[in-house]
Amino acid sequence: MLREIRPAIVLLLVLTAITGLAYPLAMTAISGVIFPEQAQGSLVEKDGKVIGSALIGQEFKSDKYFRGRPSATLAPDPNDSTKTVSAPYNAANSGGSNLGPTSKALADRLKEDVDKLKAENPNAAVPVDLVTTSGSGLDPDISPEAAQFQVPRVAKARNISEDQLRQLVVANTQGRLLGLLGEPRVNVLALNLALDSASAK
Amino acid sequence: MTMIGWLQIILFCAIIVALTKPLGWYMTRVFNGERTFLSPVLRPIEAGIYWISGVDERREQHWLTYTVSMLLFHIGGFLIIYGVMRLQAMLPFNPAGQSAVAEDLSFNTAISFITNTNWQNYGGESTVSYLVQMLGLTHQNFLSAATGIALAVALIRGFSRASMRTIGNFWVDVVRTTLYVLLPICVVYCLFLVSQGMPQTLGDYVEATTLEGAKQTIAVGPVATQVAIKMLGTNGGGFFNANAAHPFENPTALSNLVQMLSIFLIGAALTNVFGRMVGNQRQGWAILAVMGVLFVAGVTVTYWAEASGTSTLQALNLTGGNMEGKEVRFGIVASSLFAVVTTAASCGAVNAMHDSFTALGGMIPLINMQLGEIIIGGVGAGLYGMLLFVVLAIFVAGLMVGRTPEYVGKKIEAREVKMAMLAILVLPLMYLGWTAVGVVYPAAVASMANAGPHGFTEVLYAYTSSTGNNGSAFAGLTGNTFFYNLTLASAMFVGRFFMIVPAMAIAGSLAAKKSIPPSAGTFPTTGGLFVGLVVGVILIIGGLTFFPALALGPIVEHLAMNAGQVF
Repeated sequence: MLREIRPAIVLLLVLTAITGLAYPLAMTAISGVIFPEQAQGSLVEKDGKVIGSALIGQEFKSDKYFRGRPSATLAPDPNDSTKTVSAPYNAANSGGSNLGPTSKALADRLKEDVDKLKAENPNAAVPVDLVTTSGSGLDPDISPEAAQFQVPRVAKARNISEDQLRQLVVANTQGRLLGLLGEPRVNVLALNLALDSASAK
Repeated sequence: MTMIGWLQIILFCAIIVALTKPLGWYMTRVFNGERTFLSPVLRPIEAGIYWISGVDERREQHWLTYTVSMLLFHIGGFLIIYGVMRLQAMLPFNPAGQSAVAEDLSFNTAISFITNTNWQNYGGESTVSYLVQMLGLTHQNFLSAATGIALAVALIRGFSRASMRTIGNFWVDVVRTTLYVLLPICVVYCLFLVSQGMPQTLGDYVEATTLEGAKQTIAVGPVATQVAIKMLGTNGGGFFNANAAHPFENPTALSNLVQMLSIFLIGAALTNVFGRMVGNQRQGWAILAVMGVLFVAGVTVTYWAEASGTSTLQALNLTGGNMEGKEVRFGIVASSLFAVVTTAASCGAVNAMHDSFTALGGMIPLINMQLGEIIIGGVGAGLYGMLLFVVLAIFVAGLMVGRTPEYVGKKIEAREVKMAMLAILVLPLMYLGWTAVGVVYPAAVASMANAGPHGFTEVLYAYTSSTGNNGSAFAGLTGNTFFYNLTLASAMFVGRFFMIVPAMAIAGSLAAKKSIPPSAGTFPTTGGLFVGLVVGVILIIGGLTFFPALALGPIVEHLAMNAGQVF
């Protein structure tokens, strides 16, 4: 058994160097050359400044923008570091609400949000993704129904026609891959950027 | 449930079945030490590693030496992770300036990664540096996976050899698995993931000013290299807190499909390796069939439950299923399928929050783990777990007809059955025992996030997941406390090593036996009767063990939900 001690130590160090350093560092270099944009985090720039990532959702409060899904991410409480406070779309601390199917807190939150949305648009059914929090709290997408649902509010705030907005939503809808994989969706940041440039014209 | 949803599930199953045979062929060559198309590049590196570490690749080991080598290797791995976590503030590759990780959390995480569990009490982007992610976590993702595969191959050799004292060389098996199987797949896989949008950088977290002018700090890092092996090696520990639900850790529907495939890939191929090494591939297909029956049943229940939604959603006229904790790009079907895949194998990565699943939708992942993660299972661990159940099933069949049971030419006798029972019984002792403590000990009770039966399920899920070396969670439970860090670590340790040692004892005892040719009285182990028998034994043993606990958790919660009750 004693002669197994040398392999246990040397082999562990060698394999650690290969898999823990050589592999990630080499792949970082290769990825940076072949896919430079993705490797950096698919960052979106406007007027030379980073305004976010195409893959990471961000918070929109204004009526003039389409909003993403509710987010349950947290941040340390600035007044007491042992506690946390709500901080939607905190991209440095991802996470979901983890509220279960029989949670009263979840039932209350859903009811409140549904009532708010019904007041905003009484003519359409509330889409489920617009009132539920995502797993990461950073979901960049909403369903096409959730985008269409917000059209009357955005049209009013921007004073543009609903038809024009609906076409914009359709133009920014991504379908299933090969018609099969995933779900149809609208990237909220991309839609809002398109909205800004359409309004500027 | 929709047609397009079922088509996605069928596509997934078809690809796995199609890949099982070619990868099984390749891996068999690797474990037998034969030449492969990668040998011209890798053979010199392999020989160099043996030379500097003093390994004689032709010298085989007795099962005890094999097991001790594995344990020594893990002690070293533990020390590296623990050391790097405690010292990360002083070491390079720490752009976010993370401070030293606490002792109990470092201990829990080190145990978690050497046991292939990857339970996340640490927060990923908010707790550990890039160096810890690479040198601590990525490297152990490789080595714990390679260990699992090596052990499975050693057990297969026990079945396939006759009258021998040795079951292979642990060091050679680990090196060959790492170099010829895991690394080449990861290199290609990692580039694919980056092409889909996964970051791979050592740069600082990005400071963005959003369209509305708010500040947003975006965590990035060397994500793709870790995710590739985390999936392929069924480790499951996320680079980010939200794991594969995070858009950077799973950017597209295609990356999601490939990640699910990579969880099952090696485990499925090992059934074919088993068939080839015992001289009849149909033996491997029969085992894959047992796994397939249980898998499809689980997917059906979870998909149905999640698509049906909850009574809270229905009361508000919210249709389209239970989207709380799920991502739009995956939707109901890809989230349900992922949850069943990750718990059938002992991966534990999640692309949706299991804590927010419906009661029955979340019960299937729990059952998958409580059955011992034998439906494909962890790389290697799934196969040796399944073979323990096969030994029991054969024993039961033998008792029914009054013959000494035999399997692939080996007599199954008292020693093998005792060892199999030991391994199978120690798991419920851990998850049921600790759950009982967790629901009465006040400091532990405070960790529950949900009230009512769902809180009980959170605790049961935590110990089941850690005992099964899965690592997924009902993540509302606050696991980063002194009590949970230590007790979960003990469950992970026992769940891994108290399964491995009996399995290796069986390997040694079988290898020493003579091989007997099949006769007219031999029970055929390649047909439907055998598949049905093994499925039956798994469900009866499993059902008797944990049904009472399920009744207290998800089952009563489902009934309460239908009665419109909230807690």
